[in-house]
Amino acid sequence: MSTAVTEAPSFLDRYPAGSILPQEGMDQPTWVVSRDVLADVARDLRDDPSTEFDLLLDVCGVDYPDREERFEAVYHLYSLPRNERLRLKVPLTEEDPTLPSLIPVWKAADWFEREAYDMFGFRFEGHPNLRRILTHDAFQGHPLRKDYDATRRWILTEDKIYRPKLQVPEDVADDMFERMTINIGPSHPAMHGTFRVVAELDGETIVASEVEIGYLHRCFEKMCETHTWQHVIPYTDRLNYCSSFINNVGYCRTVEKMLGIEPPPKAVWARTILSEFSRIMDHCVCNGSTLVDAGALTNFWYYFQPREEIYGLLEACSGARLTVSYGRIGGLSQDLPPDFEARCRRLLEIIPPFIDDVEQLIDKNGIWHKRAVGTAAISAEDAVNWGWTGPCLRASGVGYDVRKARPYDLYDTVEWEVPVFHGGDVYDRYRVRNAEIRQSLSIIRQLLDRGMPEGRHIVDDPHVALPPKEACYNQMESMIYHFKLIMDGILVPPGERYDMVEGANGELGFYIVSDGSSKPYRIKVRPPCFPIFSTFSDLIEGASVSDVIVTLGGLNVIAGELER
Amino acid sequence: MSQPSREPHAHPEGPAGGQPPIPPAAHPAYHPTAVEPYRPSLGERLYLPLLAGMMVTIRHFFRNLFHGAEYTIDYPEARRQYSHRYRGHHILTTRPDGSVRCVACFLCATNCPAECIHIEAAEHPDENIEKFPEVYEIDMLRCVFCGYCVDACPEEAIIMSNNYDMAYFTREQSVVGKVDLMRPFTFDEDRLGYRPRFPEEDALRAKMRREAFDLVSAAKQQAQAVPPPD
Repeated sequence: MSTAVTEAPSFLDRYPAGSILPQEGMDQPTWVVSRDVLADVARDLRDDPSTEFDLLLDVCGVDYPDREERFEAVYHLYSLPRNERLRLKVPLTEEDPTLPSLIPVWKAADWFEREAYDMFGFRFEGHPNLRRILTHDAFQGHPLRKDYDATRRWILTEDKIYRPKLQVPEDVADDMFERMTINIGPSHPAMHGTFRVVAELDGETIVASEVEIGYLHRCFEKMCETHTWQHVIPYTDRLNYCSSFINNVGYCRTVEKMLGIEPPPKAVWARTILSEFSRIMDHCVCNGSTLVDAGALTNFWYYFQPREEIYGLLEACSGARLTVSYGRIGGLSQDLPPDFEARCRRLLEIIPPFIDDVEQLIDKNGIWHKRAVGTAAISAEDAVNWGWTGPCLRASGVGYDVRKARPYDLYDTVEWEVPVFHGGDVYDRYRVRNAEIRQSLSIIRQLLDRGMPEGRHIVDDPHVALPPKEACYNQMESMIYHFKLIMDGILVPPGERYDMVEGANGELGFYIVSDGSSKPYRIKVRPPCFPIFSTFSDLIEGASVSDVIVTLGGLNVIAGELER
Repeated sequence: MSQPSREPHAHPEGPAGGQPPIPPAAHPAYHPTAVEPYRPSLGERLYLPLLAGMMVTIRHFFRNLFHGAEYTIDYPEARRQYSHRYRGHHILTTRPDGSVRCVACFLCATNCPAECIHIEAAEHPDENIEKFPEVYEIDMLRCVFCGYCVDACPEEAIIMSNNYDMAYFTREQSVVGKVDLMRPFTFDEDRLGYRPRFPEEDALRAKMRREAFDLVSAAKQQAQAVPPPD
């Protein structure tokens, strides 16, 4: 593994003894950091040439009511130049859960800290806008604390609705023109779900804005804690519902790693292929809807036909088009259909002409250029600091892709490349997705040429996977296992793990803590579009109202995943 | 545009307008390559590529006109044919005598992530069968159609159809009871959905499948002949 964090970097000497303690036996290097030195350590970790942790992936809390220091704030860091990961844990007491805000170091901390405040009541000192983010303003208590009763309900009344007071820049505030505050969303057809942007307009230019999310919050993480490990899978479908199979894979892989099992080759093979098909589907939806928002309706049809065909494949495999629930811990829920390869080959024939048509139609279209080139441009430095990952980051010139940086499944056995564009604007986000569709097709083609591996679709381990139905009907032992597994569920050994897959819009991470019981102790999803959307307010300031729509489409923000 | 965190790479105009971002040299992940900022050619500034785009739509128009490449379905007259794994409306299968196969073991209710199955068990009059469900209700508005109940059932008592026409006028109607689940819209083989044995699978299973369908067809006759008890 890495050198920088396992061999202590030089700046550690500057901190008092005992304020930074490496924790052994973890899936990735872990430091327990005292909150007094957290801000300095974070800055050193980012700036020191021996560490260079430039990407803050995730901030979350974990509640351990039995411990003396009840809470733990957990930070996940990633170093792009070094391809290393680090986890920081900050113990906090119940009486005084305060810690310094890390916004000056990583801007990505902004919304993540608000979420940790919302869910656990951590107070981040120095945070400019420490409000609830996922729950509403009349909400009482902090839902992810273990002593919070999941059945409680809070009603938001009109007088408690948050009305932002926007700070208008001085040069705009002084001029004589009248300004107007408008709500874009939450129920606006171009807002792709339920986002609310409160924008202060000077003419048609946005001078200040605030983004409000949480309209689709359904407390995924609390619900996971009340269900068994297998029951979480249908919930993960509803994270990024445009590519639900990738969520299944991400979750199942993390739990499989915790269990120490390997899915059989056939399942891995099918997972890789279907993940790539899901990615194609997601990119089709994103580009198609961006273009239709910009007025280019025809492309929408060209993009949606491949998606429709892929839904057919997923339905033939899993029995559902959108919420597939096809992954299982240890493999897949059912064997692949007999005509799986033929169907995949057919899709490989069908999809490229549609993408070609779109590119011929729109790539050099001057109207699309005027809408997209230079719109909501962000530099690589900024994008990394804001915690971006995925196609949006690759459109800004950073070729970070989990499939290359830490290959999983079969990605290291096929030849493909990470498309990188350097404009950082809506146009390059569109182009990077088209290029990725072609790469995904190439991956699928290579895997199909290799042929389907023989064997089962799920591990042959009665403690993890249900026995085949025939065995369950005819053998006593299998019947007992069947009952045991459904009544008690899978028992995952105690421990914690952060594992990630490349979701369709960035690094999809699952941070899972298990206490050895049949239910997860804590599941934190690192939704890729959460840090991306937190930048939105900055991206649209100074732009016009019509740019808001195109920008939002190009970012591929999925409400189900953003608000969980 | 936001202010960059580390100022050396600030691009106030945005990368597309001015200079592209210059990645730090010692940054392997940044893929430093020479980038030409996008400059539209004269033709592009005259919107000539629109004609090329138009050719695409015209080609599609004529192809659709003469070759009939249809991508749409005349729903509701024509319907999409779903696979034999489709997870639609549930069916409670029956014994040859028309009574419910379910033995009220509660595995489906336990394995339901949405907690939408409600069962009340009762003693079965037949001594050889221990229990049967007095009440078996599925709340279709809660159900997420994940198929976990079918996976859990050790008796093949609950299977799914490929019926997705589920619309209700009231919330009460959405709670579907035992009788309606046992007398579903179809016992048609083609319209059965997710169930433990798929017809497309190999010969061994095809034999088992015939047995399974014998049960279904027997139940079908029964259901037509006499209304199910209770």
